[in-house]
Amino acid sequence: MRAASAPRERKERRLLLLDRATGNVGDAQLDDLPSLVRPGDLFVVNDAATLPASLPARLPSGAAAEVRLVRARDDGRRWQAVLFGAGDWRTPTEHRPAPERVEAGARIEVAGLPATVTELSRTSVRLFELAFEDDTDVVWAAIYRHGRPIQYAHVPEPLALWSVQTAYAARPWAAEAPSAGVPLDWSLLSALRARGVDLAAITEGAGLSSTGDSALDAALPLPERFEVSAATVRAIEEAHARGGRVIAVGTSVVRALESAAASGTLRAASGETDLVIGPGYRPRVVDGLFTGLHEPTASHFALLQAFAPRAQLEAAYAHAERGGYLGHEFGDTNLIL
Amino acid sequence: MLLNAIVTGASRGLGRALAAELARHGAKVVLVARESEDLHAAVAEIRAAGGEAHAVAADLGDKEAIHGIAGAAAALVGPIDLLVHNASALGPTPLKLLLDTECEELERVLQVNLVGPFRLSKVIGGGMALRGRGTIVHISSDAATNAYPRWGAYGVSKAALDHLGRSFAAELGELGVRTLIVDPGEMDTVMHAAAMPEADRATLARPSEVAKKLVEILFEQRFENGARMSIGAAS
Repeated sequence: MRAASAPRERKERRLLLLDRATGNVGDAQLDDLPSLVRPGDLFVVNDAATLPASLPARLPSGAAAEVRLVRARDDGRRWQAVLFGAGDWRTPTEHRPAPERVEAGARIEVAGLPATVTELSRTSVRLFELAFEDDTDVVWAAIYRHGRPIQYAHVPEPLALWSVQTAYAARPWAAEAPSAGVPLDWSLLSALRARGVDLAAITEGAGLSSTGDSALDAALPLPERFEVSAATVRAIEEAHARGGRVIAVGTSVVRALESAAASGTLRAASGETDLVIGPGYRPRVVDGLFTGLHEPTASHFALLQAFAPRAQLEAAYAHAERGGYLGHEFGDTNLIL
Repeated sequence: MLLNAIVTGASRGLGRALAAELARHGAKVVLVARESEDLHAAVAEIRAAGGEAHAVAADLGDKEAIHGIAGAAAALVGPIDLLVHNASALGPTPLKLLLDTECEELERVLQVNLVGPFRLSKVIGGGMALRGRGTIVHISSDAATNAYPRWGAYGVSKAALDHLGRSFAAELGELGVRTLIVDPGEMDTVMHAAAMPEADRATLARPSEVAKKLVEILFEQRFENGARMSIGAAS
């Protein structure tokens, strides 16, 4: 599927429909979404704001590098991060030269601030824990001053931070945009409400989608920070009680809600989740998924198989391919019900 | 009730007093102002009194700074449920007649007093609307409703800021986000001295008194969505 190469407006986005019961595939526009769901349904969105997670760094040798923040370990001074070598997003990640190796204990400069590599991951030497020394106020100011959104080679122009935010973003937890929600502007959200659809939020720190390091990519998704509030649990219970469906906006919402239901019952929860959803997983909370169209090889496709059999998904994607749908974070959208 | 609050223009005057008063009531407060010793002194003062405060140095007139303010604030205190647009630019001082005001001077006043608040509300208001709660306060001025010679640029920006508040109130009220427009009256501040150096300071209200009144109104929710209130010393 061809990748959308720049941010696109709501009106430009198409909507691919997949009916799980029949396997039927249909075509619509994103603006048709309210008419394709039922009064009483509940949309759950991820209100994580997207971090300017790509930061300039200087290694002990003096070499320039890029650090991509993955998730905060505390209030912002300690992070899990991935190191990239010379160059930037314009080079596909798998073609980027490997960064020079940094040892645990190394002092490096990140976003203009001194920082220490405190621990290397066993998965890859490029994945490590990072500790800043300054106060949190100073660290956050530096992240926003020097950081820019993580992006990939299929989008050639540099992205502004506002082009990777949802219209309801509240907390900067996401290393990469929770992209399914990005085209949902308040006009469309209001139309959903007018249709009798409820909205609720979780927060989930969506992580990196690719690093170009095969060992690391095989370990994705890494554990992510999440929070499901008591109010959202109540909204879900009410939706199910009235016969409504819980529709997750994006795979990060599926991960958060299913993690909060890991004990068998959905409960308010917060922490980190290492739940990986794939073929054979039976969702306990989520009845449907509104999402983007991504590479059939990605972990995204594995998660979709918790909602529809592989053959159905392949047929739907073949239909989208023939129909000229666009993929990736600014691409067209997909409703699986 | 705990609040996660942003107060702009918080390094001195009413903004600083408001931040301190909110913190005294248990709010976690992010103080936004251009980088200055005053900003860090204001934060240190609140912390010394046992409150939680954070500094975010930024210029409200700078488009590139807005997501940094909202993002850093939410990272430091959590989702924002009170946003106070208090920062103001007077324009050139001594105040000029409109015919003498450069177009760029008017543009700068509008950037800080109108467009900056719009941008910040746009970034923060969506999260408030989704959660179904939040309060946005626009600090206005008598100059928004009455026209005075030499107050044109400032007055125009404040009149527009008032209407921005009413317009947000009309759109966000049903989503649980309330907007209040406040005329704090004449106060003994650096800004007042810059605009009216000849004023008798003894006749002016102290920012801390006005802040106290406003915080009471906010915590008790004693206002209609979209209302404009005068809470100066005389009232």
